[in-house]
Amino acid sequence: MADAPKIRVPKTAKKGEIVEIKTLMPHIMESGQRKDKDGKTIPRKIINKFVAEFNGKPVFSADLDPAIAANPYLQFNAKVNESGTFKFSWTDDDGTVTTAEQKIEVA
Amino acid sequence: MQNISRRTALALGAAGAALSLVGLSKTALASPESAAAEVAKFAGGKAPVAGKISIELPEIAENGNTVPLAISVDAPMTDDDYVTDVLVLADGNPNPGVATFHFTPLSGKADASTRIRLATTQNIVVTAKTSKGAVYTASKLVKVTIGGCGG
Repeated sequence: MADAPKIRVPKTAKKGEIVEIKTLMPHIMESGQRKDKDGKTIPRKIINKFVAEFNGKPVFSADLDPAIAANPYLQFNAKVNESGTFKFSWTDDDGTVTTAEQKIEVA
Repeated sequence: MQNISRRTALALGAAGAALSLVGLSKTALASPESAAAEVAKFAGGKAPVAGKISIELPEIAENGNTVPLAISVDAPMTDDDYVTDVLVLADGNPNPGVATFHFTPLSGKADASTRIRLATTQNIVVTAKTSKGAVYTASKLVKVTIGGCGG
């Protein structure tokens, strides 16, 4: 199975602050356009959806196409008004969903 | 006799050249048109207005396999006026779709960065929709030294 995703979320923030979040999911992102040495097309296998939630509320999400580079990296922001937990999920073409969580203290 | 066969040979050659041209233009031209069609579908009948969007890309991407891209839409991101969706297209790739980003007021900013694949020198077309129904668009040319869709 693939390696675990890497996430960077600040540990603490002020109420109402906009924090920067970086995520990287190790994945081949096979485009479905490459051919193997016998000339057969290698089937597409990509992460097609990423979702970020904070305390159950949607923050940011992305639908991804094969034009996203291998090991899909996404950087975005979130406005935090209270302490809580970010939940991230990555959906593979084969239906596998990988999730990760990260807490933040808001003073 | 000699003349005729020469003529036939020339005609065959010309036909062959025309055929290969048609074949080439089909693959090479598919994307800018389909990119425009995707933008129209995304805009839902509205004419996108130029502006409000900034696109950060290297001027020359040496490796098309991983090109850093950052987009930013100038918007208040309040509960009643925020960017909802941003469509990113590459009009010279085999398929124009790159990604669609979805924002909420909790996003704080309508900014996102990722890394993309580019087959060749082409335009990146970014279109944004807001909760008030406005549609904005912008595009930026990126030169690619080595394409990133081959294999």
